[in-house]
Amino acid sequence: MKHRALQAAALALFSLAPLVVPDYWVTLLAYVGLYSLVVLGLCLLTGIAGQVSFGQAAFVGLGAYASAWACTALALSPWLGLLAGIAVTALFALILGAVTLRLSGHFLPLCTLAWGISLYYCFGNVGFLGGYTGLSGIPALTLFGHELKATRTYVYLIWGCVLGAVTLVTLLLDSRVGRAVRALTRGSQLLESFGENTMLLKLQTFLFAALLGSLSGWLYVHYQRFLNPTPFSLHMGIEYLFMAVVGGAGYVWGAVLGAASITLLQQVLQSWLPKLLGASGEFETIVFGVLIVFMLQRAPSGLWAWIAPGLSRLRPEPEVPSADALPARSRPQAGEPLLAVVGASRAFGGLMAVNKVSFELRAGEILGLIGPNGAGKTTTFNLITGLLAPSSGKVLFRGRAITGLAPRQVARLGIARTFQHVKLLPQMSVLDNVAIGASQRGEAGFLRCLLHLERGEEHRLRAEAARQIRRVGLAEEMFRPSGSLPLGKQRVVEVARALAADPLLLLLDEPAAGLRYAEKQALAETLRQLRGEGMSVLLVEHDMDFVMGLVDRLVVLDFGTKLAEGLPRDIQTHPLVLEAYLGGVR
Amino acid sequence: MTLEIATLLAQDALTNGAIYVLMALALVMVFAVTRVIFVPQGEFLAYGALSLSSLQAGRTPGIVWLLLGLGVLSFLFDAAAALRESRARGLLRSGLANLAVPALLAICAVWLAPRHPPFGFQLLLTILLVAPMGPMLYRVAYQPIADAPVLMLLIVSVAAQLTMSGLGLYFFGAEGSRTPAFGEGALTLGWLRMTAQSLWVYASTVVLVAALYAFFERSLYGKALRATASNRVGARLSGISTALAGKLCFLLAALMGVMSGLLIGPITTIYYDTGFLVGLKGFVGAIIGGLVSYPLAAAGALLVGMLESYASFYASAYKEVIVFTLIIPVLLWRSLALLTKEEE
Repeated sequence: MKHRALQAAALALFSLAPLVVPDYWVTLLAYVGLYSLVVLGLCLLTGIAGQVSFGQAAFVGLGAYASAWACTALALSPWLGLLAGIAVTALFALILGAVTLRLSGHFLPLCTLAWGISLYYCFGNVGFLGGYTGLSGIPALTLFGHELKATRTYVYLIWGCVLGAVTLVTLLLDSRVGRAVRALTRGSQLLESFGENTMLLKLQTFLFAALLGSLSGWLYVHYQRFLNPTPFSLHMGIEYLFMAVVGGAGYVWGAVLGAASITLLQQVLQSWLPKLLGASGEFETIVFGVLIVFMLQRAPSGLWAWIAPGLSRLRPEPEVPSADALPARSRPQAGEPLLAVVGASRAFGGLMAVNKVSFELRAGEILGLIGPNGAGKTTTFNLITGLLAPSSGKVLFRGRAITGLAPRQVARLGIARTFQHVKLLPQMSVLDNVAIGASQRGEAGFLRCLLHLERGEEHRLRAEAARQIRRVGLAEEMFRPSGSLPLGKQRVVEVARALAADPLLLLLDEPAAGLRYAEKQALAETLRQLRGEGMSVLLVEHDMDFVMGLVDRLVVLDFGTKLAEGLPRDIQTHPLVLEAYLGGVR
Repeated sequence: MTLEIATLLAQDALTNGAIYVLMALALVMVFAVTRVIFVPQGEFLAYGALSLSSLQAGRTPGIVWLLLGLGVLSFLFDAAAALRESRARGLLRSGLANLAVPALLAICAVWLAPRHPPFGFQLLLTILLVAPMGPMLYRVAYQPIADAPVLMLLIVSVAAQLTMSGLGLYFFGAEGSRTPAFGEGALTLGWLRMTAQSLWVYASTVVLVAALYAFFERSLYGKALRATASNRVGARLSGISTALAGKLCFLLAALMGVMSGLLIGPITTIYYDTGFLVGLKGFVGAIIGGLVSYPLAAAGALLVGMLESYASFYASAYKEVIVFTLIIPVLLWRSLALLTKEEE
């Protein structure tokens, strides 16, 4: 309640400001708003989804030029100009995104530098865009017959857009798609293993950020009613990124704070530095550069990171979500063949990592896959999850060949996994982490999540996550950041996340690695309980004590081939296995 | 286009391409060893050319003060680190490298500048003034966050570039300048006429590349850099200081930057902000090589030079657009090649 009241008071105060402050400040406020829109998209793209862009200014330019051209050359209404801007920006963003988002981290920002320069030179050289001298005579916006010309009124439109955009991004982040966007920083493997199409997700985020830039450009051009290429140069693109870094790229409000602080600082520096240095020029870049290096070394989370903890204390205690259960998959009968690896081989160059390995897993059992280092356990695991394709042989799941399917397609058939090196989002709560597992059971797309039109589904997803957290005995930790838990519990969170996907088969990749004795005991107990509830488990493991007391059957690999298969007590006395593990007696 | 124009353009392409090759090689090296995408690389080029032109005019290059300032900062960073770890070892060496040597160089520069020393002296002095800023920049901007993600290091690079370019404007002013050629005259082979300066550019590039090759293949320090590039942790475990490796490769990069500046100075007018675009063109070349392969990066850089030269003939206004848009099909090709590769 207190939170809401505070918000309303701040909003009321803020909405009165343009009426009373001097002109200079109103203009500044308008610019901070215009910048905030761009930086907000950049925060989502860079700070939250982990894709750095220096080229946002070019999207602002596309929005501005498209509308300016439509309004002057075609004499269309600025509102149609907005649509033109959106269309042009979307086209460019989709092409650029499709080309670069696939590449690993640093190629995207380098590419943004390049297109930032190239589009800037285009704006300056294309004849019908007015060249470097610019376009003038751009009409003002009209709203219900009123021309919005005065800064004091226009600033309301700008800030209306900013608040609208902030609200949308906040809503998005609190949704199925938003969780996935935040998880992008952990790499695509995690999300793909839970059935998400990361490329699509990146492209949607990129497009959304570009459109926010385009909107800012449209607002700018009908506010200035004159246009030249300068505000869309690479220089400005870099400045947008600096705003995000200074304000706090990981926070929605960091965008507004960053835009405001850099704009104010710029004003101060522009009036003081020339006097101080005794020369004229854009010397504020020197200070900005030093400031950014300093921030990244000392406070990489930005200014908002100092405010955020105080605000989160005002927020109401989270409630344990409860809702109807999500529809579940039809489960196989116990003993029915579930997974079959049939003569699967995989070569890396001349090395046969896995050589004609066959085994079968039946519903309701825990099968252990063991072997010394380099035996081919991880490769076999990757062949099942679809991360690698076998050189020959096949993998069947419920009688259907799944070789050649992508990890996300395999995941959607009902195979969920955990990772040897825990892949959780440390800052996100346990509940949100587990909800990522349930993600593939929801259907709402980017747009519905942006507008919160998927609340029913979202409640069910979160309730499902809560149910799985209780199932593995972590109810106490539900709202704690997952990074604050000890490794043993983080592993269990991963199990809960996998369970939230409603899997028919649970794949565990070395779950006991790095755990203490008591933690192993607790994990084994959890897995036994799951088997009791009819879950099928494939366990790739190193730790003999852990495996022997837990599994129903064992498959032993060595140098890529199957050495033995059978009950734990038979394997313990199997001569070949003893030789592989302890060395032969010559 | 006549054959004559075509050869003229090709020559132009080769001269600029040679500079881009030096840029691209330095960028690949810095990235391999430190994971830093070295955007400020081009600033060393501008600093080099503009310092030489100051010396030509009998003025002390303003960046002497930057050298002193960066030196003091580097020493303070070292001193702070020494204080934190309560050890004094290495502080003397840091004092020598960051305080004494720059001070000596500054005195030299201030004393020599108005006395118009011989051209060779001016070149040497320029190199000595600019190159040490490479390792200092590494110490101050990058070393404190040497293990940060590539993206963060990239943002630091962009910030460093902006600062250096702003300082360039302050120290050298907005006017461009040209420096004298290393040699007069030209070589005429039938209709092919090559100026002495472009011959200097080709020869110096070849010598520099050969020297780099020898350094990496033959010397212990070169091998240490290669070890750091292939495995940072492994290199550290075998007693190679990654901080030292970082500084060393920044020194080499700065050296290549300032040499490029001296070589290109007589051919085109250099402004305080010329370096950025030249550096970025080196980047386009390096990216064609995937930021990993030296020969591919060099070939890419030559391609950029070629494209730029012919583009300036056919559509001079769109020269930059064409060069920088080249990166998009290149990335498309690389991304298709990488489709199956997964991170981590």
